[in-house]
Amino acid sequence: MSLFDVVFKKKSSAEDAKNRLKFLLVSDRTDCSPEIMEAIKNDIIAVISKYMDIDSDGLDIQITQTESETSDGTVPALYANIPIRDMKHGSTK
Amino acid sequence: MSEVIVVTSGKGGVGKTTTTANVGTGLAKLGYKVVLIDTDIGLRNLDVVMGLENRIVYNLVDVIEGQCRLQQALIKDKRNENLYLLPSAQTRDKTSVSPEQINALVEELRKDFDFIFLDCPAGIEQGFKNAIAGAERALIVTNPEVSAIRDADRIIGLLEANGIKKIDLIVNRIKMEMVEEGNMLSIDDVVELLAINVIGIVPDDKNIVISTNKGEPLVGNDTLPGKAYENICHRIVGEEIPFLDLSVNKGFFAKIGSLFKRN
Repeated sequence: MSLFDVVFKKKSSAEDAKNRLKFLLVSDRTDCSPEIMEAIKNDIIAVISKYMDIDSDGLDIQITQTESETSDGTVPALYANIPIRDMKHGSTK
Repeated sequence: MSEVIVVTSGKGGVGKTTTTANVGTGLAKLGYKVVLIDTDIGLRNLDVVMGLENRIVYNLVDVIEGQCRLQQALIKDKRNENLYLLPSAQTRDKTSVSPEQINALVEELRKDFDFIFLDCPAGIEQGFKNAIAGAERALIVTNPEVSAIRDADRIIGLLEANGIKKIDLIVNRIKMEMVEEGNMLSIDDVVELLAINVIGIVPDDKNIVISTNKGEPLVGNDTLPGKAYENICHRIVGEEIPFLDLSVNKGFFAKIGSLFKRN
């Protein structure tokens, strides 16, 4: 990496490759294709929208690795970041 | 006790055949009796890399179909009397043999050899299933780039699902100058991604092309890949050998730094 790249914090292509692979390998290992992830996302939006007003564009779900609580090693985990706009108070329809 | 090792990768063109030829030759040089089986039916290549293409009389499919005896199909290496090749058939396809047949063949070879290498075709279909059938150990060959790493990860999963627990990785064709400028995945990156033991690191080197042109594996000679392959052979038999220093360190600051560094 040249001094220029260091000073201007240009991300190296190796870093890009590593980050892309991290997510790719987890989704490959869990057999979770982008299509399945999209279906899960839409179902989550449908369920949560019954109770809260959520920002469906800002919603982000990913399969990641997390430390297992019961055994050594890591297990896949579904990570969801769901921004809430407003609670639907009293609307228990 | 003999050991049956499959050399596999998922992705094509990463260096499986070159690895098989060099690691097999290297182990034979160490005094072990070694046989290399080319399981890439239809795309025979291990014979040319070994420089034995003119000596083929019978092939793997002939043996399986009973057209000849196993001993008749085995080709003795030009340079090393401990080393034999069982070539693949060029005019047949992967369905010509089954995993059970390969397994039976491997069991027969165990009587005469210390190491039996199966050079696996690319892909994860029939040819892959045939090649892993008789193996108890695997060498995965990969390159430090996204598609090869992705395929290697898939292969690791498939090998584990098939009960092969002893799996080691060879990172082939690494370009240290690109790693140092941040444009190629490093060994640490690969280990972090694949979570698997690295048994060898082989630099991208023009001597590999030269050796393939001649049909003479370069293991053990005075080149970086020659030494890297030799080290892999020692590690396969359980010796602990440190990895070669492949760093290029061409920058000004690196040069200054190396003045102060003790080796």
